[in-house]
Amino acid sequence: MDYTFQFGQIWPRLPYLLGGAWLSLQIAFLAFCGGILIGTFCAAVKTFGGGITRRIVNVYVVFFINTPQLVQIYFLYFALPDYGIFLTSYMAVLLGMTLNAGAYLTEIQRAGFESRRQSEMEAAEVLGFTRLQQIRYVILPHVAKVLFPPLSNHYILMTLGTSMAAIFGVEELTGRALNVNAETFRSLEVFSIIAVVYVVVTLFASVVLALFGRFAFRAKMRIV
Amino acid sequence: MGDLFREIWQMATYYNLLFLAQGAVTTIALSAFGCILGGLFGTLLAVARLTDGAMTWPLRMLALIFTEFFRRVPFLVTLFLCFFAFQFAGLDVSTLTVGCVTVVLIGTAFLAEIVRAGLQSVHPNQWHAATTMNFSLLQTIRYVILPQAWTVILPPAFGFFILFIKDSALASQIGVVELTYVGKTFSNKGFSAAASFGVILVIYFMLSYPLSRFGAKLEKKLAPSRTR
Amino acid sequence: MPHLELDNVSASYGALRVLDGISLSVDRGETLGLIGPSGSGKSTVLRVLTGLLKPEAGVVRIAGKPVNLGNAAEVRALRDRAAIVFQQYNLFQNLTVLENVMIAPTKVRGRKPSEVRPEAMRLLEKVGLADKLQSYPDQLSGGQQQRVAIARSLCLKPDILLLDEVTAALDPELVSEVLDTIRELAQEGMTMLIVSHEMGFIREISARVAFMADGKVVELGSPTEIFDNPQMERTNDFVSKILRH
Repeated sequence: MDYTFQFGQIWPRLPYLLGGAWLSLQIAFLAFCGGILIGTFCAAVKTFGGGITRRIVNVYVVFFINTPQLVQIYFLYFALPDYGIFLTSYMAVLLGMTLNAGAYLTEIQRAGFESRRQSEMEAAEVLGFTRLQQIRYVILPHVAKVLFPPLSNHYILMTLGTSMAAIFGVEELTGRALNVNAETFRSLEVFSIIAVVYVVVTLFASVVLALFGRFAFRAKMRIV
Repeated sequence: MGDLFREIWQMATYYNLLFLAQGAVTTIALSAFGCILGGLFGTLLAVARLTDGAMTWPLRMLALIFTEFFRRVPFLVTLFLCFFAFQFAGLDVSTLTVGCVTVVLIGTAFLAEIVRAGLQSVHPNQWHAATTMNFSLLQTIRYVILPQAWTVILPPAFGFFILFIKDSALASQIGVVELTYVGKTFSNKGFSAAASFGVILVIYFMLSYPLSRFGAKLEKKLAPSRTR
Repeated sequence: MPHLELDNVSASYGALRVLDGISLSVDRGETLGLIGPSGSGKSTVLRVLTGLLKPEAGVVRIAGKPVNLGNAAEVRALRDRAAIVFQQYNLFQNLTVLENVMIAPTKVRGRKPSEVRPEAMRLLEKVGLADKLQSYPDQLSGGQQQRVAIARSLCLKPDILLLDEVTAALDPELVSEVLDTIRELAQEGMTMLIVSHEMGFIREISARVAFMADGKVVELGSPTEIFDNPQMERTNDFVSKILRH
């Protein structure tokens, strides 16, 4: 192999790349929040809802879980214009990730709801708690503890998932790496560096989330 | 809507269907290849992480770093890294080869974690009983732990296989002729994006959904045998 | 010369000191009973004797010869002579009863299965499980499983048998069958170190009893001395509480 690594051209562009990392985190965060909202609503429908709404939610969830996020975004970005809906690449990515997240988070949250313990609620009822108090003091703490690890894990996965936004020209971390590559042709160097950035960022996020989980919910979460 | 169906009907020529089939087969094959080889290498990594003693510390560290690294780098980035690595090494390999190497690297990392969790799910006393009878680590894993752990390993491993089918869509970006690439080609050849990607979405669904139902049944079947 | 000896052994799990200068000895053919409250270090003594925990200080001797527990080969040699039976999850769940008994002699020691099988069958008959050879552990009761575990240890032809609370996880009606098996072994002259809560049994079967607390041997004596006439207040506390009910 006759290749000399030249990281020299990359270091000055590091702030630019890290700016992309920040955008990645933002996209993931927004999509996650949207996904939680969708997920909570749909999980509630699946647990408590009537026949037709449950069916509709089911179709949504099953469809988005069984198809790739990339192709979902392709459809939103390239196919919707034929029907008069024009999304920018950023919006298409965000919408695609949000809908995708909504489906997965529906399943996660449904499992969480179903983990509520009948015996604890009955005990609370007998002790005179109102329905609202039962939810606040008995159900919510337990469900939150059960939900926190899988939700944290999915958030990390979503942060990694933002990298496909580069395909649509969004200038998050991978997108900016492609730009730097086009300028400098130092492909191995720039992609190695962003790989390390992804690892560091997700490790940091895992640590923070794990510590928060252990502190707030006493949920024992492994970091590595 | 009627136009759409008409268009899809026009899309269904012999060669297009063959092309779609090729894409579907490549998609499944990529994921299967990554999972099978990844399972083998992943098991080796998992065992490496379970060794103890000062001598094997480097091995443990390497296994840990590899696993964490390839689990925390996006598929696309690993794909590009492999692509450029081959390019700069002067090796003229097909895009499919690059795709295969990528899926094996990533599959190894994820399956190493799944296997390790499975091995550790076996009660510590099973390990202790073997140790006190002078079983080596490999003997313990081979005769006692793995036979008990596989029921804990298989459901998440199969789940990963199904997930990987969707992740492999990204291989289309370097030109691997899998399902998404076929969709892009149709779109470029003049079919509407809605028809092209719509059909691709449906085919992915038809691959993924039955497999996930099977996986759920598998999990149910293996759960009761997880008794001590 | 004692068969098995711990000489001023100390051991810790991380920062927690679990054994603090323990000295114990067991003569050949003798049964030593170890009693004491939870956390006193009784099970830890056995763990040290099978090389599962390396002590920080002190010496372990077999037949007068010291064993270097930091040396893998010497630990293997120790395990060839001292076999342990745990409280639960002893048996390999994926193997039948017969396979469980045969696996260590064949796979670890490399003996021929045709040689080992008759021995294994004889031992299983001895513990009263000749009709369960092809059963899996989850098809057996706890008491049956422990008897298989004892047979499995015996198939290794140990000099010394270490029993770690082997009846503690059993339903009461299954305890006596296991105790019967152990009683027979004592009568046959096996050197044994037994950790147990079954005070009546310990009293009956032990030549000597050691009472442990907080990682130390508080008192050592004959069963009569320990149970009826304890010298130390701590021993008296413990013994009177258990014998009260």
